[in-house]
Amino acid sequence: MKIAVCIKQVPATESKIKPSSDGKEIDRTGLSYVVNPYDEFGVEEALRIKERLESSVTVVTMGTERAEEALRTCLALGADQAIHIKDDLLRGGDAYGVALVLTTALMKEHYDIIFFGKQAVDDDSGAVGIHVAELMGLPHVAVINKLDLKPEEGRALASRQIEGATEMVNIKLPAVFTCQKGLNEPRYASLPGIMKAKQKPLTTLTLADLGVDKDAVGAKGAKLVVDCIKAPRVRSTGNIIDKNPSESVEELVRLLRDEAKVL
Amino acid sequence: MAGTLVFSEQREGKVKRVALEALTAARTLQSKVGGEVAAVIIGDQVADEAKGLTAAGAEKVYLAEDPFLHYYSSEGYASIIADLAKKLDTRLILMGATMMGKDLGPKLAARLGGPFAGDCVGLEIVDEGMLVAHRPIYGGKIMSTVKSRQSGFQVATIRPNVFPVEKQTSENTIRIERITSPCDLSSLLAQVQEVVATASSKVELTEARIIVSGGRGLKGPENFNLVEDLAEALGAAVGASRAAVDAGWKPHSYQVGLTGKTVSPLLYIACGISGAIQHLAGMSSSKYIVAINKDPNAPIFKIANYGIVGDLFEILPLLTEAVKKVREG
Ligand SMILES: Cc1cc2nc3c(=O)[nH]c(=O)nc-3n(C[C@H](O)[C@H](O)[C@H](O)COP(=O)(O)OP(=O)(O)OC[C@H]3O[C@@H](n4cnc5c(N)ncnc54)[C@H](O)[C@@H]3O)c2cc1C
Ligand SMILES: Nc1ncnc2c1ncn2[C@@H]1O[C@H](COP(=O)(O)O)[C@@H](O)[C@H]1O
Repeated sequence: MKIAVCIKQVPATESKIKPSSDGKEIDRTGLSYVVNPYDEFGVEEALRIKERLESSVTVVTMGTERAEEALRTCLALGADQAIHIKDDLLRGGDAYGVALVLTTALMKEHYDIIFFGKQAVDDDSGAVGIHVAELMGLPHVAVINKLDLKPEEGRALASRQIEGATEMVNIKLPAVFTCQKGLNEPRYASLPGIMKAKQKPLTTLTLADLGVDKDAVGAKGAKLVVDCIKAPRVRSTGNIIDKNPSESVEELVRLLRDEAKVL
Repeated sequence: MAGTLVFSEQREGKVKRVALEALTAARTLQSKVGGEVAAVIIGDQVADEAKGLTAAGAEKVYLAEDPFLHYYSSEGYASIIADLAKKLDTRLILMGATMMGKDLGPKLAARLGGPFAGDCVGLEIVDEGMLVAHRPIYGGKIMSTVKSRQSGFQVATIRPNVFPVEKQTSENTIRIERITSPCDLSSLLAQVQEVVATASSKVELTEARIIVSGGRGLKGPENFNLVEDLAEALGAAVGASRAAVDAGWKPHSYQVGLTGKTVSPLLYIACGISGAIQHLAGMSSSKYIVAINKDPNAPIFKIANYGIVGDLFEILPLLTEAVKKVREG
């Protein structure tokens, strides 16, 4: 199997996120970064397939200089090679632009399986993987929590959790999958893994290398632009009751009924 | 025509409430978008539900029925809607940010070459029909306002329970038009083979108006009945923190938060949940939040509208009884 995993570097989920002074971007001072948690499920699934079937695993990211760390992390986990798409012209792009760039990079090889995270925990857009599938003309199953490969039949059975039920999708390879928690338990990098990662091939590509029209991506090509970002409306701390249990309950019920009108 | 098309999701032949929310939102934006508000409903034997969409605000309903559309199909559904949107030269396509909408929205946007705004909690139309959407990002730590740069084929999914539903009073006659799939539905590369109902609470979390969630403070799976009893009395869904899910007390389908479900109910009651940032990511847009925790410094109290500092083992049975009384009387 030839497997690609698209990964994104994002601020660690416990980070405090504040808007920058111009209100267009977040303030990045002091942030630490990780591989998007949902992408880790994709990397892990790819590595587990490789343990069973002769496979190669390529991790792909589009991002700034710093994103190379995320690729090295994945190489340390066991991916074979990495592709880093890096270009200043990509700044200010939207999910569609990212998808266009990734599609061009992914089309340069034949991959049987391409994994994405179900969403990146920074923009929470949940669009890039599905956009890529559509642009590549490949079938996809989004938000999978189980993947049962049938390589001899050239297909797979993927499960996804929907409202109150599990949907089992029979899909022909090559295909795109976006990964959800529950798919597997991602491993940690070992020390030898980290040492080996330094020697593994990491290719850096620009838009010109890929042959992507620079006007179609980045800020220029964006169909959707960020107008402003703000801290969310602060929820003012409400009425915290600290009495004996029966009095507390009585007061809470009164508030829910008469003030909030939800009972 | 250049109007709005609302994808009216149905499962098991029942239109989702969020589809009606989307129809109301579409009617609210109509004067700025222009054109008609049309609904499209897809499935197998769903004609009866199509009629109901008129009362919810659809001026015209497009109906695609086929045995092959019994289950959801990304490719099948997207082909039908894209085909229709092109014929109507649709400006705006709205649907719920459900498991189906989150799959279909990005697919359709890419197919039509339009912008996609997911999980929106506010929508506006500015200038010549450009969509402005408000959407939480960074797990709700930031609210972002995005603006579209093209006025055609703009696709947005809306977060359930955020937009109101208003019944339309007009006595419009029902205008239903049947449409068919432009592609061969029997030979799609991805097909749902089976849908297996999961044993979860009776009310689906992401759609529930009220949710009662339990965390590590419950001490063990045997105590979840305290949460379930209160939920039952309230007609609510049951949720759980990751700590409760990781401990194996409840399956992952119950988990609320960053790596679980995003919910936005009218009322969220957190029992024995500390209020970690990753938990808040999934529920902080709830209208009313109630916290029950024995630690007065638990972070959950910082975002709660109402809270009780106390032992949930004492509080929950009393609360359940009190709720039953209110409901009965
Ligand atoms: C990448 C990542 C993703 C995550 N995703 C999620 C997610 O999706 N959802 C999620 O919930 N968490 C998530 N977490 C975990 C999160 O950080 C917390 O660990 C988790 O939410 C804690 O669950 P809890 O509040 O039930 O447990 P605790 O933090 O242990 O809190 C238990 C609370 O119960 C109270 N309590 C104890 N006994 C009683 C009693 N008798 N009566 C009343 N109160 C009592 C305590 O005072 C305490 O506040 C994630 C973490 C990471 C790193
Ligand atoms: N810049 C990027 N480089 C590589 N993969 C990405 C990038 N942005 C998003 N992805 C992938 O697309 C998924 C969904 O991202 P999003 O649509 O931004 O929520 C992520 O989980 C990644 O797998």
